[in-house]
Amino acid sequence: MIATAMLPRVSLRTAAASALPLRRGFATSRVDLANTLVFLEHKKGTFNPAALSALTAAQKLGGDIDALVVGSEAEASDVASKAAKLPGLKKVLFSKHADFANNLSEPLAPLLKKIVESNSYTHVCTGHTAVGRDIFPRAAALLDSSQVSDIIGLEGEDTFVRPIYAGNAIATLKSSDKVKVFTVRGTAFDAAALEGGSATTEEVKPDSVESPTDFIEEKVSESSRPDLATASRVVSGGRALKSSENFVKYIEPLADSLNAAVGASRAAVDAGYADNALQVGQTGKIIAPELYVAIGISGAIQHLAGMKDSKTIVAINKDADAPIFQVADLGLVADLYEAVPEMLEKIK
Amino acid sequence: MRASLVNQLRVLVPIKRTIDYAVKIRVASDGKGVDQNVKFSMNPFDEIAVEEAVRLREKHKDAITKITVVSVGPPKTADVLRTALAMGADDAIHVEVPDKGAAPLEPLGVSKILNEIVKKAGEEEEVGLIIMGKQAIDDDASQTGQMLAGLLNWPQATYASKLEFSGKPEKGAEAQITREIDGGLGIVKTKLPFVMTTDLRLNEPRYASLPNIMKAKKKPFKKMTLKDLGLEDQVKPRQEILKVAEPPKREGGAKVENVDELISKLKEAGRI
Repeated sequence: MIATAMLPRVSLRTAAASALPLRRGFATSRVDLANTLVFLEHKKGTFNPAALSALTAAQKLGGDIDALVVGSEAEASDVASKAAKLPGLKKVLFSKHADFANNLSEPLAPLLKKIVESNSYTHVCTGHTAVGRDIFPRAAALLDSSQVSDIIGLEGEDTFVRPIYAGNAIATLKSSDKVKVFTVRGTAFDAAALEGGSATTEEVKPDSVESPTDFIEEKVSESSRPDLATASRVVSGGRALKSSENFVKYIEPLADSLNAAVGASRAAVDAGYADNALQVGQTGKIIAPELYVAIGISGAIQHLAGMKDSKTIVAINKDADAPIFQVADLGLVADLYEAVPEMLEKIK
Repeated sequence: MRASLVNQLRVLVPIKRTIDYAVKIRVASDGKGVDQNVKFSMNPFDEIAVEEAVRLREKHKDAITKITVVSVGPPKTADVLRTALAMGADDAIHVEVPDKGAAPLEPLGVSKILNEIVKKAGEEEEVGLIIMGKQAIDDDASQTGQMLAGLLNWPQATYASKLEFSGKPEKGAEAQITREIDGGLGIVKTKLPFVMTTDLRLNEPRYASLPNIMKAKKKPFKKMTLKDLGLEDQVKPRQEILKVAEPPKREGGAKVENVDELISKLKEAGRI
């Protein structure tokens, strides 16, 4: 019985991929191919995995793909050379300005508009990350394009699949916009490889716009653990942890023993047990690891929206009626304060 | 209508009526949307936006002349506008669209309407700050605030969990905004006027008391149509919904008896 439950599920990713074996399979094939621009978000030269997933989505469109990288005066051209090695790119455009290092939307949205219009791109995409969500709608409005957010599938050059209502419904929609602006859910497409391409690079000078917004500082939680958004295993804690001390004492060692990232429910974050950046759910991170261990999490709709595409879900909860057990492959009804130390001991 | 001082601030708070966050939605039988015969309420992020505007005035009594809430939607949208008035907003604008037969407006259309509302409201009293939710929990688009800021050519501060003014929040005043970003927090500075979108952690919205609900009934409430705004053709949807489907169903698996069984099952499956 359990063997069946443990089989990898048919994920949306594979469903979308198999629907798109070849570009000519599209119902709306056109003579002119897609001409796509991917905005490659990076941090100090490391590409955001969701941006690399957006590149994979762009590859499914067929046609030419160019990329845009932006950064400070010092870093932009180096990052562009790095981007030139990504597979399937024809050209990497790069633009440098002090404001670009921090991805401020006010100068970047007009830059995107200018580049899209002067190169007649038909599609523009990036990852549905905090940066992508900030810049892209502003650019879409300037392009008079109705953006499609957080796509999980492509069914043609103008047909997108995306979750709505916290992932409780999946909409397929057809865009009639001249320029299709969309953001891509990182967990729904594999990240593109970092090697294999040999694109040309070309600098684009930004218009001299002074940003009305100043970047002051970033407070990023440093961690030696795998990144939550892309980790293959995640151990998450909820309200039942009762304190941040317990979070450190129970959740973190278990995560470390599994080489997993740490996650949290909104309740745990709001109560101050865990950092905001660890929140999994509709309003936090949306993840799909191989293994998701939910400890002391009841499983509200908003939380499930963030993790229900995980391959295997384990729930440990005292309440046998908690909704989390309706999605968990393996459920253990137990007191976490006993079960977690025991688990830790036995994994070692 | 009270004449305003030049440097005083009118705050606009766009809100949306959505299916209540606690409702388990069902895909409609025509496969083109979801069942609408359920409880609706104000989008949770918009409640936070209303609360923030009201708190801003409580903190800076003389600086803020008026908090105007605006919503675009069918007749019943008036309910959520009344709720916002009961929370402390001063007046409401309802851009009424037909209940049935009209294709749902997209964020681009809504931002064009709001752009026009800002202009119209400005004829009477200039809007100097817009606070709105970071996303609606129905379409999960997270676009409207950014689009509106783009159309207005105003700065934007999205996913805000803290808003602080160095002095009085008056025209041209500088604000520091803490934003929720991937991996932590980002702090930015900008000047009024700007558009801010609210994260969940910005505040805890208040409940409207009964006396305030009664008082809200007497507050100014303006109705408009897309025709009044001259936008009927400009907000036509660009996206055709081909299909709305249930997500792949996920069935709960077995419960295990103890930790040993849990670990051996995970090992069997190659997960640990």
